[in-house]
Amino acid sequence: MITKNIMIVGVGGQGSVLASKLLGHLFTAQGFDVKVSEVHGMSQRGGSVVTYVRYGDKVFSPVIEKGEADFIVSFEILETARWLEYLKPGGQIVTSTQQIDPMPVLTGAMTYPENLLEKIQAAGVKVDALDCLKLAEEAGSSKAVNLVLLGKLSRYFSDIKEEAWQEAIDFCVPSKFLELNKKAFELGKNFNS
Amino acid sequence: MKQLMQGNTAAARGLYEAGCCVASSYPGTPSTEITEEAAKFDDIYCEWAPNEKVAMETAFGAALAGKRSFCGMKHVGLNVAADPLFTVSYTGINAGMVICVADDPGMHSSQNEQDSRHYARAAKLPMLEPSDSQEALDFFKKAYEISEEFDVPVIVKMCTRVAHSQSLVKIGERDDDIDVPYEKNIAKYVMMPGNAIKRHPIIEERTRKLRIYSDFSKMNKFDDGKKLSIGIITSSTCYQYVKEACGDLYPVFKIGMVWPLPDEKIKEFAKVVKRLIIVEELDPFIEEHCKALGLKCEGKELFPVEGELNQNIIAQKIMRTKSMGIKLEEQLPARPPMMCAGCPHRGIFYTLNKNNCIVLGDIGCYTLGAVAPLSAMDMTLCMGASVSAVHGFNKALENYEGDKKVVAVIGDSTFMHSGMTGLANIAYNQSKSVVIILDNSITGMTGHQQNPTTGFNIKGDPAGKINLENLCRAMGFNRVRVVDPYNLKECEDALKEELASNEASVIISRRPCALLKYVKHNPPLKVNAEKCIGCKSCMKIGCPALSMKDKHAHVDSTLCVGCGVCEQLCKFDAFEGTAKEGE
Repeated sequence: MITKNIMIVGVGGQGSVLASKLLGHLFTAQGFDVKVSEVHGMSQRGGSVVTYVRYGDKVFSPVIEKGEADFIVSFEILETARWLEYLKPGGQIVTSTQQIDPMPVLTGAMTYPENLLEKIQAAGVKVDALDCLKLAEEAGSSKAVNLVLLGKLSRYFSDIKEEAWQEAIDFCVPSKFLELNKKAFELGKNFNS
Repeated sequence: MKQLMQGNTAAARGLYEAGCCVASSYPGTPSTEITEEAAKFDDIYCEWAPNEKVAMETAFGAALAGKRSFCGMKHVGLNVAADPLFTVSYTGINAGMVICVADDPGMHSSQNEQDSRHYARAAKLPMLEPSDSQEALDFFKKAYEISEEFDVPVIVKMCTRVAHSQSLVKIGERDDDIDVPYEKNIAKYVMMPGNAIKRHPIIEERTRKLRIYSDFSKMNKFDDGKKLSIGIITSSTCYQYVKEACGDLYPVFKIGMVWPLPDEKIKEFAKVVKRLIIVEELDPFIEEHCKALGLKCEGKELFPVEGELNQNIIAQKIMRTKSMGIKLEEQLPARPPMMCAGCPHRGIFYTLNKNNCIVLGDIGCYTLGAVAPLSAMDMTLCMGASVSAVHGFNKALENYEGDKKVVAVIGDSTFMHSGMTGLANIAYNQSKSVVIILDNSITGMTGHQQNPTTGFNIKGDPAGKINLENLCRAMGFNRVRVVDPYNLKECEDALKEELASNEASVIISRRPCALLKYVKHNPPLKVNAEKCIGCKSCMKIGCPALSMKDKHAHVDSTLCVGCGVCEQLCKFDAFEGTAKEGE
């Protein structure tokens, strides 16, 4: 199978580590070759962060380049716009509609761009946009945004059985938060945008 | 079954399987997790040393005593450990010793992007370079074999993309512990001139033998290609980019042992291909070696010296293809890293900015004090430089009449690493310097590692605890005071008094990192919109939890930890919360 590329983007501290761990486990369990790449250190302090997940018969590079991502999974709409260039033509975006002001906006040096979602859609890009924060809170915790996103993403993987996703969640999520995370996954999966 | 494993975790697994017994390191991105993961194996004694020089000397001591040992560090850490590095090459080892250095091309979390391969050649030490997690595990094990066979410490060089990428790994069992009895050998281990002179030719002979070893090593491997019009020599993560971009179109010679380079194998490869291209990150290390061998090759005229490479850059230059995506026309605001909400460093940097201080900074989370709107940093160089430089700054301007407000700021871990010696210089050579130790009770930026001031060891068990006040006083500082950085008035009073004083002083700004699990937070503050006039005074502290909404300050309740620093800036009493009662 030709290598598939998933990018997870967001703001440092939003929970992309768990999301990439879960996807890594899922694809490994399916028998694929897998590479997951992330960056630690300074950029984690509230900066723009990106994680690459790649799987297929044989994966070489740990990173995804411009125009190569089959999916961009995003925790924040400005970050969706920032990393848009990495999406493959015809690729799919799954994004939370949450907005987090970066420092230049907080200080008033710049304004948060308006109507980003519409502008991305106007560029002809396929976008699923969800208020993940609201859905995560409905599931029981604002921290479960990652599972809402993955739930929605899971709809695009018809080859992978529901049980495999459930097994990956069981493996990656601490048992005390399992129930609410599974609920968040379901809410994301069943959300129709 | 194969497991998905981070390069650093696989490296730690390699240490375990190789029977490593002692590991001493100083944390540094992207090397930190090797030692953290090794510490999870009970068979390996692991510790955080105060700095990389101490770590390397500790590892040498353990190897001398007859146990396989390890020390790990980031690229700039190897500069700190360069002193023992060059001479441990002369003494050789007793049991195996492996040194890991992790480079950071692209400077994801570093102050420069030096290429550590130069150290291997300069110190005459073998260097291995894995390209994924499986190789990290295998090469760490191999490194111990080479170390003992050739009586030499072996360097394993990682980079961000190998260290922090996960790929599939097959794990093995732990070898039996090596126990080589220590034998006194003055001629080998006491490096005074008479002995070192005799060691040097042995080292040169060792390099000659290692070069032959490299020529026959399976770590250097050929991948066949369909066309011989181009041949590519590459190593580390660049190998993965080359394979991604070119597949099996052109033959590839992958270098796993990057020093000494396999000269004969390189020449053989060059002979069969029409055009020889070297793909390597940062400096033209392999390229210049090939040129010195008299080979015609291309490298840095195609690929940049700066930053990371990737499959797209290689595809453009070799395959003449390029992948592109859609870009919005819109100018998007950047999202640089910043101090967290409730960061105890914020209060100090606000105070320094307000008082127009010249701030000589250091390496850690607090380097973010340079970011607007705090902008309270004038210099950041390397670990410990703040303390030494403030002394030099003051000495240069000793007779200056004007209003001079210069301070050094340094974190607790960085102070233990390299700040103490600078402080000794201030005490000894007597400048009226003000040093602010930002004691957040942890090594923050690298992800919360313990250090000699925290009272805990790498496993989180109780350990020795150095008292910073007593240490400074013992060095001869009469003026040592502790402030709470959440209390702006206390910070400003201390700063003004110490800058005005006639002798050197140390201000310890003490409050644990807001991200530490044991830190209890106050409930988030709220803004009373009727009282807030939108003057933006509170925005001067650059807190990510604060923004302006509808001309009023707004607190993001999911981020605010109720530190109350913003509240102290409000002249209109617009912040409401329980912080006041809680204090």
